Amino acid sequence: MAVLDKYAALAQQYAGLEAAGANPFNVPFERVLSPTAAIIGGRETLLLGTNNYLGLTYDPAVIAAANAATQAAGTGTTGSRIANGSYGSHQQLEAALADFYGRKQGMVFSTGYQANLGIISALAGKGDHLLLDADSHASIYDGSRLGYAQVTRFRHNSPDDLANRLRRLAGEPGEKVIIVEGIYSMLGDTAPLAEFAAVKREYGGCLVVDEAHSLGVLGATGRGLAEQAGVEADVDFIVGTFSKSLGGVGGFAVTDMPGAEILRVVSRPYMFTASLPPGVIAATEAALHQLRARPELRQRLNENALRLYRGLAGLGFELGPEPSPVVSAIMPSPEAAFGFWAALLKAGLYTNVSLPPATPKGLALLRSSVSAAHSPEQIDQAIGLFAQVGERLGLLGAPAFAAAK
Amino acid sequence: MSDQANEIREIIFDTLRAALPQDRPLSDNTHIIEDLGLDSVAVMDFVMEIEDKLDISVPLDKIAEVETLGDLIATVQRLKQAA
Repeated sequence: MAVLDKYAALAQQYAGLEAAGANPFNVPFERVLSPTAAIIGGRETLLLGTNNYLGLTYDPAVIAAANAATQAAGTGTTGSRIANGSYGSHQQLEAALADFYGRKQGMVFSTGYQANLGIISALAGKGDHLLLDADSHASIYDGSRLGYAQVTRFRHNSPDDLANRLRRLAGEPGEKVIIVEGIYSMLGDTAPLAEFAAVKREYGGCLVVDEAHSLGVLGATGRGLAEQAGVEADVDFIVGTFSKSLGGVGGFAVTDMPGAEILRVVSRPYMFTASLPPGVIAATEAALHQLRARPELRQRLNENALRLYRGLAGLGFELGPEPSPVVSAIMPSPEAAFGFWAALLKAGLYTNVSLPPATPKGLALLRSSVSAAHSPEQIDQAIGLFAQVGERLGLLGAPAFAAAK
Repeated sequence: MSDQANEIREIIFDTLRAALPQDRPLSDNTHIIEDLGLDSVAVMDFVMEIEDKLDISVPLDKIAEVETLGDLIATVQRLKQAA
């Protein structure tokens, strides 16, 4: 049908992947066994691409909380937060998030994607200016289109380019809203947040940090990059998700900004969608409690991250600029990424393929993410499979180094 | 054609020649996505170079309206004059 004709070229590539029986964008997990294992294609597979950073999806306390809440309050709210979908538990989770971050107010959204849409579109309206890091997640770009602000992107992780753009806007009417991320999901690199905060102090503006991939990962108590960089006071809004380190689904924002309660009746992605079910809310609050009570999870996660990063670097793979729970190997082409990914899966290891335009600089990535639930042996097993497959496909960056190992 | 438009054209064409993997004929009618094979992110990255060289910011909605190099020259010129 003609409405789909515009996708013809893409559809052909997609069909090609399906025909080859190796489509990274359509992999059903037939049965999930644990945070680190699932049955895929009939065989047990090691999971190294699920963003399950703290491994809390099977935590007994989290599951018990979800079960109890579902029994008590039912499967769903059947309504939005502004109609019949605000339960006491939603407010309790918002208070728990505010307490964790030491902020006045928390706000829960139904997905992390919607949290970005809801906060960005409500903060930066018509006549305002939105300044985005160029490598921002799709939800940030989409949120920027929902609010009718004038949007410009600054060079990835460049406080100088942000300063240039704020300088050009000096004297222009309208608020300036700046968005950066804690850990960038494609290459696992962090923002130079102290430097960004200094630019914000110099030029003014509202600073929003998306800690989706850094909550529970960075900072002395797991609050994220703003905590680690010591600039929480300069960050006006923190946005994040429940679907990674907290093992559920949903999104949130926390702030100290006076008057932010008004967002509940102006933020369309908050208002016009069903609220999260009681089971998800209870599981998230229990997971947040685990995150706070068990700093050893964060320590194990970061040890695993370092182990994988060093292991793959040792094999000669070109990786993102710094170790983090996201470890991406840069592939020479999308075809190489598909081939490597399919061979790893066949060998029993599940990873991700990330391609432009979702990736920066046109890179084709074989992306892994580690969990606190991985054992060091599982990380070593994964490194071993990368070595095996990489050697077979001739994709080891430094074979001499690998042989010496 | 004004001197300023010529100067902007020269900057844009030079930047493109440096960024493209192979030499292609460039004119005001060149279609940026269809003729040059750039994807949406590559176009935004290329516009960043122009922004640096001319000390302007080109909002994303303006980039989205641009189809040809002629469109881009006109957009950049308007922004430069307003700056």
